[in-house]
Amino acid sequence: MAMETESQKAFHVDVGNLLAFNPFHSFPSLPASRDELVKECLHEGTKLVQAVADSLFNLPSSEDVDGPLVKLPPPTTKLPREKHLPKPKPPTKWEEFAKKKGIQKRKKDKVVWDEQTGTWKRRFGYDRVNDDKDIPIIEAKMTDGVDPFAKRQDEKKKRVEKQEKNRLQNLKQAAKIGALPSHVQLAATALPITGTQAPPKKVTKDELGNVAGMAATSTASGGKFDRKLPGEKPAKKQGKHRKFLPVVEGSGIGSREKEQTESVLNKLISKHSHEILNVGKAVTMYNVKKEKKARNKRNQEGKFSSATNKLKPKKLLQKKTGKKGPVSSKKGKAK
Amino acid sequence: MSNNEQTLRFCSSAIMMRIKTPKNGRVRRELEKRAPKLVETGKKTLILQGTKTSGTLNGVLSEIYHLKKGGAVRFTRKNDNIRPFESGGEASLEFFSLKTDCSLFVYGSHSKKRPNNLVIGRMYDHHVYDLVEVGVENFKSIESFNYDKKMAPRVGSKPFIAFVGEGFENVDELKHLKEVLLDLLRGEVVENINLAGVDRAYVCTAISLNKVYLTHCALRLKKSGTVVPRMELVEVGPSMDLVVRRHRLPNEGLRKEAMRTAKDQPKKKIKNVSSDAIEGTIGKIYIPDQKVGDVALPNKAKGVKRERREAKKKEANERASKKQREESE
Repeated sequence: MAMETESQKAFHVDVGNLLAFNPFHSFPSLPASRDELVKECLHEGTKLVQAVADSLFNLPSSEDVDGPLVKLPPPTTKLPREKHLPKPKPPTKWEEFAKKKGIQKRKKDKVVWDEQTGTWKRRFGYDRVNDDKDIPIIEAKMTDGVDPFAKRQDEKKKRVEKQEKNRLQNLKQAAKIGALPSHVQLAATALPITGTQAPPKKVTKDELGNVAGMAATSTASGGKFDRKLPGEKPAKKQGKHRKFLPVVEGSGIGSREKEQTESVLNKLISKHSHEILNVGKAVTMYNVKKEKKARNKRNQEGKFSSATNKLKPKKLLQKKTGKKGPVSSKKGKAK
Repeated sequence: MSNNEQTLRFCSSAIMMRIKTPKNGRVRRELEKRAPKLVETGKKTLILQGTKTSGTLNGVLSEIYHLKKGGAVRFTRKNDNIRPFESGGEASLEFFSLKTDCSLFVYGSHSKKRPNNLVIGRMYDHHVYDLVEVGVENFKSIESFNYDKKMAPRVGSKPFIAFVGEGFENVDELKHLKEVLLDLLRGEVVENINLAGVDRAYVCTAISLNKVYLTHCALRLKKSGTVVPRMELVEVGPSMDLVVRRHRLPNEGLRKEAMRTAKDQPKKKIKNVSSDAIEGTIGKIYIPDQKVGDVALPNKAKGVKRERREAKKKEANERASKKQREESE
């Protein structure tokens, strides 16, 4: 098996990747049939795999439940990473201060001796050492009438807020250089509502696109030559969609220009005039006019006798429909 | 003119921010898995298709998904707006890569100009790093091979990869294809491997200047005289001809950044372990104080009883002897 001449048959073997590469093989002429090609490829492949297996099985192995376990060497072919290298966290403001002053970190115990009760209590959490609620009496100072318990609570709140602010500043600093811890995200919140300022309305994707299109049309060239962001769709055509007739078209039954002019002429000369006049509507209009006249005359006559119009029962309002054909009743006679 | 000029006031960092941390342990662990690491293992693959696919292309995509079952995501809907080689057509791909945490993608599409087209690409930091476009010809699916089913390679086993042909060294496009295929077929990077579990091999042969024959085989280990068994390849899986059409190499700056590896940083200190030049590795074991007297005996050991009896006997004897002495005195 070791009878190979180095110059001709040196394969590039990368055991870490179980990879073997033969850069010396070439097909002088493509084999006639596909089967032969496949066979030759498999043959070459077998040689390469055998070479890898040679190095692989000669590695020191340790016995395991399922079989012999070998420790692979690191791969030699370099491949690009999929994500950037993680950057180390920058020191926080306190860490810088501590380094400057030479302050060492001290390890704190989880339980602390509590003088008051004489027991070991937690440093923080439920039933802790210096809890604010456990103080029964505070001596009042002579000068001010401030509630000392409330004052203590306010101070604690301020301390906590300050700490949160500092933490946010540290994280912002880390985010600036790209070393934010993986589980933390900084999210922008809305500005606090002050006075009459309404909270900003959430805009949808379509709305944004419309607004962007509108803004684009206000440019000198109507937004046609604006540089587009990757992935941005071209603006939709706004306004009426006009359709123009083709310039050259044969005359015949289907010619559109002829149809257009014909319809216009018909409207003017009223060849099919019965379609133009709505007879029913005209009749109804005439009848209504007549009724009104008659009513007015009656009112003038009967004004003195009857009560005010307001007390009269309201007449049912009839729908004025433009019906084609003869309208019923005696009121059909022409004037 | 001062009246026309508007005075602009800049608010210094008036952007209000708040810190969002996951409330769930599960979400936190998932985020940590996706964070960039010093040493990377295993790239996930995203398999998707374009506006139109052919029957063969569907087969190719599903078989690639099957081969990479553990670390691949398959999208089955068509995506009209993905055009990998155009400058604006990658936005969707990058979004998917970000959401599924995949840094390799295989995009299949079929058109008259480019039949059975596969675009294999890689991402760096969820932006497109490089692309290779190949056409698939003479595709034979897994079902069309006859072999002894007992030899079938198991899902997720680490494969042997063999490249044959001087084309892979001389032709630019084939060199690029070789690198991308290695990344695609490699699987996880592991330190230890079980020799009984090697059962698959990929063979890529450069048939001509732009054609590569790729096939997937199962391995049979036959007895030979030495420790090393004799390898036998049996074609099981899909086999196809890949015709290289286009490719896009990464720009030099990006390539340099992606190939950077961290200098070996000292491994994380394991607690209570130290190394000495003379004695080697020393470990400290802390045992809490054993309160031997307070330990309750679970059941009266026989020995205790016997001891008691003997002690009683001894006492009795002593008393007896004492009495005798007294009497004698």
